[in-house]
Amino acid sequence: MRRWLAGLAALICLGGSTPPPGVALEALLADAPAPRLSDYQLFTDPAGHQPNAGLTPYGLNSPLFTDYAVKSRFVFLPPGKAAVFTKVGVLDFPVGAVLIKTFAYPADMRRPNEAVRSIETRLLIRKTSGWVAQTYRWNADQTDAVLKRAGARVDVAFIDQTGQPRRIDYAIPNQNQCKECHQLDETLTPIGPKARNLNGTFAYGEGQENQLDHWVRKGLLSGAPPLHQVPRTARWNDVSAPLNDRARAYLDANCAHCHNPRAAASNSGLFLTLEENRSPALGFGKQPVAAGRGAGDLKVGIDPGHPDRSILTYRMASTEPGVMMPELGRTVLDQEGLDLIRQWIGQMKTP
Amino acid sequence: MNRFAIALIAASALVSVAQAKVIAVNPGPDVQEAIQTALLDAKPGDTVQLAPGRYDLTDGLSLDINDVTVKGAGTQATVLSFKGQKGAGEGLLITSDRVTVRDLAVEDSRGDGIKSKGADEISFINVRVEWTGGPNEKNGAYGVYPVASTNVLIERVTVKGASDAGIYVGQSKNIIVKNSRAEFNVAGIEIENSINADVFDNVATHNAGGILVFDLPNLPQMGGNSTRLFRNQAVDNDTPNFAPKGNIVAGVPTGTGIMIMANRNIHVFDNAISGNQTAGVMVVSYNQNFTDKSYNPLPRDIVLRDNRIGKNGWDPKFDGGSMIAKQLGGSLPPVLWDGIVRFEGLPDLAQVRFSDGPVLNLNLPAPGQVDKARPTITKSVGDAKIAEPAAVVLPKRQADLSL
Repeated sequence: MRRWLAGLAALICLGGSTPPPGVALEALLADAPAPRLSDYQLFTDPAGHQPNAGLTPYGLNSPLFTDYAVKSRFVFLPPGKAAVFTKVGVLDFPVGAVLIKTFAYPADMRRPNEAVRSIETRLLIRKTSGWVAQTYRWNADQTDAVLKRAGARVDVAFIDQTGQPRRIDYAIPNQNQCKECHQLDETLTPIGPKARNLNGTFAYGEGQENQLDHWVRKGLLSGAPPLHQVPRTARWNDVSAPLNDRARAYLDANCAHCHNPRAAASNSGLFLTLEENRSPALGFGKQPVAAGRGAGDLKVGIDPGHPDRSILTYRMASTEPGVMMPELGRTVLDQEGLDLIRQWIGQMKTP
Repeated sequence: MNRFAIALIAASALVSVAQAKVIAVNPGPDVQEAIQTALLDAKPGDTVQLAPGRYDLTDGLSLDINDVTVKGAGTQATVLSFKGQKGAGEGLLITSDRVTVRDLAVEDSRGDGIKSKGADEISFINVRVEWTGGPNEKNGAYGVYPVASTNVLIERVTVKGASDAGIYVGQSKNIIVKNSRAEFNVAGIEIENSINADVFDNVATHNAGGILVFDLPNLPQMGGNSTRLFRNQAVDNDTPNFAPKGNIVAGVPTGTGIMIMANRNIHVFDNAISGNQTAGVMVVSYNQNFTDKSYNPLPRDIVLRDNRIGKNGWDPKFDGGSMIAKQLGGSLPPVLWDGIVRFEGLPDLAQVRFSDGPVLNLNLPAPGQVDKARPTITKSVGDAKIAEPAAVVLPKRQADLSL
């Protein structure tokens, strides 16, 4: 009798107007990571396609290349909280903020919305002690994702944009590898959501809008100056943008999280942030230091006019551990990115 | 009563021991995940204990927790093989402080063997890093590779086959490398852009170059200084240089015992130096272009004394070397100096005191201009008083790890 009543109550809840439970802020802020992605209630469906209240989708002008994975990004901010604008570096997010990124492959890249298989969902959670990175691996049935701390390899097959079948030994990073890329001054930090990289339009359900405008309008961002005063990272694949801007945006997104005076590759002396302007630091005439065979018998990072004599392109063109760059995050080469950097170096005047 | 008190003391002792736990890992099918999980689960004070056996890894491993010991059962017993490595730039990466790696071997990593970056009190003890196929330019660059680290202890480490330097300490401070062996690498032991290093009781043999002390431009830490090399054997360095061309060590001539390039206040004494076909000791300037105004390309305040120098220099392998050797009757003296004491824009004269010899002074007008050499040979060179740096002292906890 009692059980029957409870069942009835549950039925009424389902059919009634009670909203679904919100994002589980308590689980997000707990010391230990939740064992399953669903524990956080970031999505309202088991497959993680329907964002819960408080999540806003976003995109980056120039993102990191990750083996052609399709990435969907959301930011969650606790009710009433906003990120604070910063002109340089990532926005200042409040405690409880979560950056959510799902890596997925459609069976056929030419039909990106069909038969999409999610591989992992990475979370960057702003706890009271600072940012924490975790990743969750999707199960075969795509009904939930499970905490994966030590990394894993996943066999992924898809048809690429040109109709060719591709097979990738996709690497889910281990927790330390998350930090290798996501650190400044040995402190974990997001990489993507800088004002300049968010400064572009996004196709929201309600129509296209500049993301910073949208965030301000929705109360997600405070302290932002008028849009025309905000710097903008070029879209690396926008052929209408100046070549130099595209190339620098690409290097910023794909290299500068480590090749930064405050990050993992600080000892290399090669610094590729958009803000860098010293030419040896950018690789011009710069000899390798600890590149080992990664230097590939070449003498300098960038040899203007000569992509084939530049270590930058040599390492981008490799998929061999110990040679390839970036060291983490890809197992196949980014042909389009490589073409861009080769074109950029190729058109430089030889000194 | 007494017995009760003793039991209580014993119990509380057990509690404090229990706080530092041992995480045991055994060889098996999922060792990648097992070791990596142990390295993530360890708490400060813990030991990750790797049982004897061979561990076939498929990706790089990493440790980012302070005060952890990673320990095997010996350099032949516990072998981490990275032959099947698919990703990451090194076998094991350490980014935390007060970490000790000991009693294990790392084989065939695709990039570097064991790297520490930004680590304080990092110790490598009784470790073997080896590329098992012998010298090959496709081998990883460095075997044991602390960089941007402070308080570095490398003891009873053996590295074989590195395509750059077997034991490489870069941009670090307060360093001891002792009782170690480097063979069949391009460079055996290299101290680069580092400050305060004692390198002693090591054997560097069958490398292209035995022991190197360098300072390079355009790096966050420059101005390397204060290194003592003593009681080492830099003998029979006879492996043809197999480094990829662009690397700085590709410029190390095959058959160099000890090489000092740029850097300041280097004292080389009581070493055995023989069987090196280019030179026993080579002291040269950095000879590539650089724009960094704060960089000094000259070796200065260099002392050579009381070394046991045998046969060296019979077939020098640097550009122009054989011509100079011919002029001198077929071979070079064991000590070779480019003789540059002044560099445009720098106020000081470089001082040296080479008590060991004979010394070939090339008297180059500027770095690298070997074609303009005006060679002279003297029994010794210079009598400058150059104070020796004090012995390197590591923090007590770390020093106590030593034999």
